[in-house]
Amino acid sequence: MAAPKIIVVGGGLAGLAAVIKIAEAGGSVDLFSIVPVKRSHSVCAQGGINAAKDLKGEGDTTDKHFDDTIYGGDFLANQTPVKAMCEAAPAIIDLLDRMGVPFNRTPEGLLDFRRFGGTLYQRTAFAGATTGQQLLYALDEQVRRYEAEGKVKKFEGWEFLSAVIDSKGQARGITALDLRTMELRSFSADAIILATGGIGAIFGKSTNSVVCTGSAQSALFQQGAYYANGEFIQVHPTCIPGEDKLRLMSESARGEGGRVWVPRNAGEKRPIKQIPESDRFYFLEEWYPKYGNLVPRDVATRAIHKVVYELGLGLDGQPMVYLDLTHIDRATLNRKLEGILEIYEKFVGDDPRDVPMKIFPGMHYTMGGMWVDFNQMTNIPGIFAAGECEYQYHGANRLGANSLVSCIFGGFRSGPIALAYAKSLAAAEGDGGHGAELARQAEMNKRLLNNEGTENPFKLWRELGATMTEHATVIRYNKGLKRADEKIVELLDRFQKVNLADRTQWANTSFAFARQLYNMLELSRAVVQGALLRDESRGAHYKPDFPERNDEKFLKTTKASFTGSIEGPRFEFEEVDTQFIKPRARSYTAK
Amino acid sequence: MANKTVAFEIKRQASPNAPSVWENFELEWRPGMNVISAMMEIAANPVTADGRGTTPITYDSNCLEEICGSCAMRINGKARMACSALVDNLEQPIKVEPLSKFPLVRDLQVDRSVLFENLKAVKAWVPVDGTYALGSGPRVFPQQQEANYPLSNCISCCCCMEVCPQFNDVTNFVGAATIAQVKLFNNHPTGNVFKEDRLRALAGDGGIQECGFAQNCVEACPKQLPLTEAISDMSRDVLIQKAKDFLRG
Repeated sequence: MAAPKIIVVGGGLAGLAAVIKIAEAGGSVDLFSIVPVKRSHSVCAQGGINAAKDLKGEGDTTDKHFDDTIYGGDFLANQTPVKAMCEAAPAIIDLLDRMGVPFNRTPEGLLDFRRFGGTLYQRTAFAGATTGQQLLYALDEQVRRYEAEGKVKKFEGWEFLSAVIDSKGQARGITALDLRTMELRSFSADAIILATGGIGAIFGKSTNSVVCTGSAQSALFQQGAYYANGEFIQVHPTCIPGEDKLRLMSESARGEGGRVWVPRNAGEKRPIKQIPESDRFYFLEEWYPKYGNLVPRDVATRAIHKVVYELGLGLDGQPMVYLDLTHIDRATLNRKLEGILEIYEKFVGDDPRDVPMKIFPGMHYTMGGMWVDFNQMTNIPGIFAAGECEYQYHGANRLGANSLVSCIFGGFRSGPIALAYAKSLAAAEGDGGHGAELARQAEMNKRLLNNEGTENPFKLWRELGATMTEHATVIRYNKGLKRADEKIVELLDRFQKVNLADRTQWANTSFAFARQLYNMLELSRAVVQGALLRDESRGAHYKPDFPERNDEKFLKTTKASFTGSIEGPRFEFEEVDTQFIKPRARSYTAK
Repeated sequence: MANKTVAFEIKRQASPNAPSVWENFELEWRPGMNVISAMMEIAANPVTADGRGTTPITYDSNCLEEICGSCAMRINGKARMACSALVDNLEQPIKVEPLSKFPLVRDLQVDRSVLFENLKAVKAWVPVDGTYALGSGPRVFPQQQEANYPLSNCISCCCCMEVCPQFNDVTNFVGAATIAQVKLFNNHPTGNVFKEDRLRALAGDGGIQECGFAQNCVEACPKQLPLTEAISDMSRDVLIQKAKDFLRG
């Protein structure tokens, strides 16, 4: 029998972590990525990566990391995998350090740590304010080494379209599109790991990169995979609103002492520096004395919403509040936060070392994703998922700096498990379903290219983003969610009349985008309808009409499955594993 | 009052062998607009300034916050990242062209894989023994970290290669980005084990000796990497390596 072949889709932290483990164990990997892997969205992570190494003498432990993560996620995460992740985190940091990540250091040459949201411990290792970039590069370099040794073959500039599934329902490979030649091909594999990141694009503007469309997740969902907890969307409290995207202003700004405030007086006319402390409303510090500016993201985001929309205290009547670093000396700011300060300077034009930044919440992360078991496998045998594209580690709200550790941990776990699965897989009958799946994809492509209509896919996308942002982010009402679902159905209908301005067969970005758009629309329904069904408030999911958490009814994982019908996805609910930490009320208001 | 508009001239080319043409666009001005948001606007309404329907523009982009390195192009003649090219800071009409020294794919999209091949050739990685738990990494003092971190900020945009007069088919010059990575990995306590291999790779055809010290690279780098310093440090190390290799016979 030939050596087992694994396909990894996505070259961010999770995908690269999986590739490294497989190559190290002697497996052979084909790595697919829309962009050169070094340009993956993980590069945007800024603030750091959590691990309870307790190098500050605070008595931090992996158990406390576990408890903070479960509590921060409002008890929705299954506890067994989260516990394993928190226990593995310190060794992951050591490994990254050995790979050459330029983490910030203490004077003695040890790893430095800072505090992040939702914890009272300095648990976050960091490389300036470009930690994701530095981590991604370290893994990219290790994969390049394996590539040079012939153990990894990269398919950069290829987009995953679907899984190839045999007559027994097992995965046998993928179909993919070469974004340059527009060639459609199928690739054989004994196991597939999906590591395709977030879904920011279904909200139009978000902090996510352009490739984070959720298209691959949606394609698998439409092929029968469960999509879990889709309604849990993280809106990051501090972003810079922009024309093309919302740019993240890292939580590390607050970790290093940044303070969020607005003038107490709505009509404040004095220049910022002349507003005395007594006339500044540090609302996070007043409302949450113990955690202050470092409450979890869902809490901070709702507080900013309240200040702007209920108290009418947004800056100059606009939806903005200050994030202030000006009390911290320039040398410290440059050493620890330079990367994000440069972003603000370049895109806004003000120096945040001198002037408080103006920020507002923006869609940032999906806690939900592909349903996977504790072995990272979806309900389609042979298809695994790791990183942001799966649902497993963050419950109803993710803590800052837990995403990088969950990506790497999930990748590290899925790689060897997928390899073991592949080794035990019996040979496929016939062509394993390749011919039929290729034909199905070719037909979809043909229909799209030849479609006669009047709809521009980029315009449809804007309408989707506006609807999702209005109804399915910080505050949710059932009426609005229903309206959003109706709007998506309308957009799905109008998609049938899409007319591509570009019908060429060479580097046709409109064509690739239109295929993503259809998948975005189908996945959006799982998000919106999941939110509609969950009549409670938990973590990032907040309904003013149902302001309390309801464990009796909703301490459950939402599992959506595709029906293809006009009614949309079908839902079922699964018990949450709470065997280690008993659910308790979640509040950050204590003194 | 008529809405304020922004004028663009964008160089189009349907495929590597097709002729290139310039297309003009006039877009409604929006606050905070940059070259990428302008191209998104064109995709949603692909019509030229003279009212002719056209195709959305093909270009590379991803993060839109100048950290992924995708959207390098020539804007008003200057190699830079399109996402951070704010329209308000640019003279109009804003002329947008692809990088000129890399194989063209379509419109503003070029193939920059040469850099990733170069990184392979110089073994730009730290050869760890394995990914299992082997304890903590080497001690690194903050001064050393602060020296290495800027080199590790290279986003592989290739602007430094685009602006380098020596980066061409005649010299095969490897370019500043790769040389900076050699310095980074040679500085690392473990990466150092391949120091000699890396220096020898820089000593060959298209190696560091081709640098003409035009210093365009350091000016063009969007992440302000200390490129000229890296080149002079590595030139010195390459010379020392050559001398050592000569003496060893």
